[in-house]
Amino acid sequence: MSVFRDFAAALRAPDARRPQGALNPGGKPSVARYDVYRNNVATSLIEALATGFPVVRQLVGEEFFSAMAREFVLLHPPKDPVIVLWGAGFPDWLETFAPIKAVPYVPGIARLEYLRRQAFHAADVEPLEPAMLAGVAPDALAAQRLLPHPSARWMADPMPILSIWQRHQEDADDIDPPAGEILVGRPKMTVAQMAAPEGTCATLDALAGGAPLGRALPPDADHPAIFATLFAAGALLPPDHV
Amino acid sequence: MTIHSKNLMIAGALAAGLATHYATPVSAEGAKEKCYGVALAGQNDCAAGPGTTCAGTSKVDYQGNSFKLVPAGTCTEIELPGDRMGSLEPLERDLPKG
Repeated sequence: MSVFRDFAAALRAPDARRPQGALNPGGKPSVARYDVYRNNVATSLIEALATGFPVVRQLVGEEFFSAMAREFVLLHPPKDPVIVLWGAGFPDWLETFAPIKAVPYVPGIARLEYLRRQAFHAADVEPLEPAMLAGVAPDALAAQRLLPHPSARWMADPMPILSIWQRHQEDADDIDPPAGEILVGRPKMTVAQMAAPEGTCATLDALAGGAPLGRALPPDADHPAIFATLFAAGALLPPDHV
Repeated sequence: MTIHSKNLMIAGALAAGLATHYATPVSAEGAKEKCYGVALAGQNDCAAGPGTTCAGTSKVDYQGNSFKLVPAGTCTEIELPGDRMGSLEPLERDLPKG
């Protein structure tokens, strides 16, 4: 099997020796064919990354993006044949990529783009209808456990990530959401992200960990605003959903 | 503050959150609904769970159990050849043979 191991290893190292035992139909060592294949592997993955992170690509430019993506592809090739969720490690890797330091908001943009992709592919379940909670008695409400909807994703960033992302859309409007917490959801089958009040991420972390509402909501946070944001994003599952 | 009064505050916050939520006009723009039986073969959408890749896998035109995302409120008004209509629920018609 070492032929296959060598074959795969050399795909990730453009300067590596071509694998022994790879032959062309004439029975001679396949040189040009292997080089073409190696190049196609890298190029197709770079294109996949460009498709998944279109705003990052706009921010740094096509040429820079391709060079940067090539580095990432060699270090973090897909581990799964399904490519739709490949690239999870890209935002963290960008934090370590020195040439990007001059544009410090790029990793945050990459993170948002990946969360949007996860939200898009998440399992399909009806979110909580908020009115369902209206009649619940206060003590029961505080004891209520609610899990995040599978499409709900959240992040916090000191830079105005939402605003930068919005300005790079074709239908850019002039509303500039502030920096801080961001909630991504898929209400009405469309991925949407919104600025979230401080404490929203902590609330969702706690709910995901199984905490009841009374303990999940951080003290001193704007609870009405947190509720309204969670409802707007369809970020919660109905209580009977297990 | 007693536990009970803390719980009353959460209930108050919920009421305020609900009021905000239902007072905010729902923007229909961009809202989508799943519409069964309208996609051409190989052009269906999919929002199924992880590990599935059923988008683009429908075998026949207007396949009854495949859906396409369409602007919300338009699905059941979609008219198709042969007196077919779009549906919000999966249909028995136009299923691939075998």
